[in-house]
Amino acid sequence: MKTEFILLAARAVNDAILANESEIESLDREIGDGDHFINMKRGCATIVAMHDELAALTPDAALQKIGMKLLSTIGGASGPLIGSFFMAMAKTAKEQGTGTLPEIAAAFAAGVEAIKHRGKADVGEKTMLDVLIPVSCAFTSLAGQGADHAALLDALKREAEQGMLATRDLVATKGRAAFLGERAIGHIDPGAKSSQVIIATVCDLART
Amino acid sequence: MKKFINKIDDLLVESLSGFAAAHHDLVSLHLDPNYLTRAQKATNKVALISGGGSGHEPLHSGFIGYGMLDAACPGHVFTSPTPDQMVAAAEAVENGKGVLFIVKNYAGDVMNFEMAAEMLSCEHATVLTSDDVAVVNSTYTTGRRGVAGTVIVEKVVGSLAETGASLAACKALGDKVNSRMASMGVALTSCTVPAAGRPTFDIETHELEMGVGIHGEPGRRREPMRSADEIVADLVAAILEDLQPARGSEVLLLVNGFTGTPLMELYVLYNSAAKLLEQRGLNITRSLVGDYTTSLEMAGASITVCLLDDEIRRHWDAPVHTAALRWGK
Repeated sequence: MKTEFILLAARAVNDAILANESEIESLDREIGDGDHFINMKRGCATIVAMHDELAALTPDAALQKIGMKLLSTIGGASGPLIGSFFMAMAKTAKEQGTGTLPEIAAAFAAGVEAIKHRGKADVGEKTMLDVLIPVSCAFTSLAGQGADHAALLDALKREAEQGMLATRDLVATKGRAAFLGERAIGHIDPGAKSSQVIIATVCDLART
Repeated sequence: MKKFINKIDDLLVESLSGFAAAHHDLVSLHLDPNYLTRAQKATNKVALISGGGSGHEPLHSGFIGYGMLDAACPGHVFTSPTPDQMVAAAEAVENGKGVLFIVKNYAGDVMNFEMAAEMLSCEHATVLTSDDVAVVNSTYTTGRRGVAGTVIVEKVVGSLAETGASLAACKALGDKVNSRMASMGVALTSCTVPAAGRPTFDIETHELEMGVGIHGEPGRRREPMRSADEIVADLVAAILEDLQPARGSEVLLLVNGFTGTPLMELYVLYNSAAKLLEQRGLNITRSLVGDYTTSLEMAGASITVCLLDDEIRRHWDAPVHTAALRWGK
């Protein structure tokens, strides 16, 4: 993974989040507090605007800078979670490199682990982790098996989609939706939806 | 949406600038990262810092000044501030006795203040407020929400801090007040987050949301509109069920408006709640009625009951000089 890919991904994710505005917003209005899309949009726009500054950096330094910037830009619950994701990913990327798929999978797994730690949450609690944990597990295992590039990307997209849809039937125990109790059943978690959009976008980009 | 706005992106900074200009004798505004401090830095006291999403004014910036906060960190509307704001505010107001964060229990606020605390080099502690009894399921680790009772914590701990008390003593008093108060709110209309441009939730003219949160997030149930007495009876019942006060207990009764409900109606709520508390044998010796923890333009209100003791009453009565609360000085 080169810095150039990170920059292309930032732009693609920005476009994808904007394209999914109405869906993410309506999910958040149903079981959140209505600020998730606004926060994601602000975060994406900030990273896109950092293009020139990031272009000169190594991948791990760029990830670290993105994490710090998101931490001080997004706010809410998403800021510390997404900021921690990138900063932990940067740390592992620096230690192990990002030249091979298993190395990228390890960095991604470290990022997901940081979200679990910061949010004190795990799979099954109707959060973005219901998308990120299965994706990370599949990524680590398929990359370790030396799976075909296209097949791996398809599998990750599928895991993300399934994880996102599965949040519909879960009772939330974390985040604002937790205050709704069983009233949140039947609604997809907005954080799971935006995570799925991001995973799908990055997978599509990696295919080209 | 019809609001006084120039550009939505400028709303927060323009509002903060107006607040700082109107109260320049009390507060100073620092931008990028955004935080407000007392105009004159205090010395030889624990530095009290709070913060949270904007849209709840006068919470928290309105409570900066003698007897309450040293600094406040405003986030975007209904969005927690970020750790860099808290760290900068702490560096600006810390004066050798440590920093106490007062944080409303909401996931975003908790995580951002937690990361800020990890970055601080000075001594620090956090009081987490969780007075809202509307959502009581304790298996949710996010727990109860911190709402209007936060004002009582800021006032009482603020007074103690002025005496030069230690960080541990301030934290202990904050935790004690939090454990002795309970709140619940009700919404009659929604609020509209400016950047979203439309109401946060749909509610019919004949409905109310019982147990609403201060961001318009749902509470216990949606139900038909009823009389003020009937609504207050439900709020007070939920509060007393949680507090289980002994007959004869001395209490502070706070009726807090969310902005859209006129003071005239807030006093109707106070009248009704006071009768119920007195019927339960409680002795209301202190009161506060007004808009202190708001939800943009939402119509509705919350009721908070705080069990007083000599220590809490003394610090509640102590002089305070802030933009939103001022007495005795």
